[in-house]
Amino acid sequence: MGGGNVTLSFPDATAAPLVRLTDLTLGYRRHPAVHHLSGGFRDGSLTAVVGPNGAGKSTLLKAMVGALRPLDGRVTLHGLTAADIAYLPQQAEVERDFPIDVLDTVLLGHWRRVGIFRSIGGALRGQAEEALAVVGLSGFERRPIAALSAGQFQRVLFARMLLQDARLILLDEPFTAIDARTTADLLDVVRRWHGERRTVIAVLHDLEQVRAHFPETLLLAREPIAWGRTADVLAPANLVRARAMAEGWDDKAGLCRRTVP
Amino acid sequence: MTLYEFAVDPFLEFAFMRRALAACLALSLGCGPVGVLLVLRRMSLMGDAMSHAVLPGAAIGFLAAGLSLWAMGIGGFLAGLAVALLAGLVSRVTALREDASFAAFYLISLAGGVLIVSLRGSNVDLMHVLFGTILAVDDAGLLLVAGIASVTLLVLALLYRPLVVECFDPGFLRAVGGSRGRLGALCHLVFLVLVVLNLVGGFQALGTLMAVGLMMLPAASARFWAEGIATLALTAMALAFASGIGGLLLSFHLNLPSGPSIVLVAGAGYLLSLALGPVGSLRTRWFPGRHLEA
Repeated sequence: MGGGNVTLSFPDATAAPLVRLTDLTLGYRRHPAVHHLSGGFRDGSLTAVVGPNGAGKSTLLKAMVGALRPLDGRVTLHGLTAADIAYLPQQAEVERDFPIDVLDTVLLGHWRRVGIFRSIGGALRGQAEEALAVVGLSGFERRPIAALSAGQFQRVLFARMLLQDARLILLDEPFTAIDARTTADLLDVVRRWHGERRTVIAVLHDLEQVRAHFPETLLLAREPIAWGRTADVLAPANLVRARAMAEGWDDKAGLCRRTVP
Repeated sequence: MTLYEFAVDPFLEFAFMRRALAACLALSLGCGPVGVLLVLRRMSLMGDAMSHAVLPGAAIGFLAAGLSLWAMGIGGFLAGLAVALLAGLVSRVTALREDASFAAFYLISLAGGVLIVSLRGSNVDLMHVLFGTILAVDDAGLLLVAGIASVTLLVLALLYRPLVVECFDPGFLRAVGGSRGRLGALCHLVFLVLVVLNLVGGFQALGTLMAVGLMMLPAASARFWAEGIATLALTAMALAFASGIGGLLLSFHLNLPSGPSIVLVAGAGYLLSLALGPVGSLRTRWFPGRHLEA
């Protein structure tokens, strides 16, 4: 599909974006997973990234935390350092049967303040207990993480992110395989972050959830399909175009000659 | 024979038994926590591979300087470190996973070591390299083992936090650890150095082939007794030292080689823990007791 004739109303990139994407192409083994994406995430915005499987959503988040080098174009962070970003990967490489308890796991969120050597005093511990209360896990402090359900563990990871005090929060399918009650509680946390003017970008699948809770949406299908107000982006015509995206790559694909408009 | 005569007299009577006991204590203090971290990092077999990788270095040290502890120790350290670094490097710059590249390099190293050993023919001293001489450990040997234990405990105390996080959630450490995400790699490297150091300490007591025994068996046993990292490390140290004492007594009374005796006692401790320990053992699986109310 030719991206050149697609007209998009991307958010105005001049209105102080926190993260600017410039003609960004990402991929694996030279095959693009995200193709020629330009635009910006405003400071304080709450954006859902949606699209079919293989559309490049997770890839985009990885590039924003610097875990993946772009094939082309660039990601520019404005006034942000890597320490200002909290990233919840889709499949965290967490060792779930590791002998560590809930409170110690949450306390890792203080890493920026305590580093390798500094001790963790009562005040920081108190904040961790508050964070556990926010995600509804009071009383679980000394429970080993191996004894938690998937939903409870996701709550623990959210509590850790609460302590990270990050300006940019990236969530990769945070509610997949999580029950409705936990999802509702964690969505409250996301709303709380939005209220604190933090920038939140979440990869999601549930379009009803996106319509209900996320003011802005980026619809990706390898090519950017639409980006802007959720109601406009999730229009039926856009969704049909996104669904038409061919999954997988063409082994004989030629070199991309497209020039930047 | 009373228990006192069995367990205490040999150490009171013979200086070589006291030296061996001190060497065992030092080895236990270093190997216990290192072994626990190896188990937690799912690197148990890598410890084994590394202990084999030490062999050619020790053999070359032996050829160059005879039965000199320092020559063999330094040779073994360099060989083990080279294998660890090359394996780590290959896994970071190519698609091959670390365990596969480890296997490749340690096999090369081991074959080289065996070749060097066999070129010298059957040499009694070289048998000591392979099977250890804890009953003949001299002052230099004691100092080496004690020095390695001290360095190990100091470094572990300094790097405790990032080492634990690197095992538990490496992605998180990459994101928050600073040093452009290199902190995890740095910790891994320092940890590998500690593993090689402790294997070098163990090989002159237990031999290259069994040095890893005092590291892995108590660490694996500790998993059945303790649930926190600190308690795991303490349990492993205690079990290793107990195996040392038991093995030395066994070897003294039954006139058995000391290295295999110590490792076999540690092995017996492992089997007992596996059967009877309070955490996740066969006993708790088969006889869990009545379930609780909540």
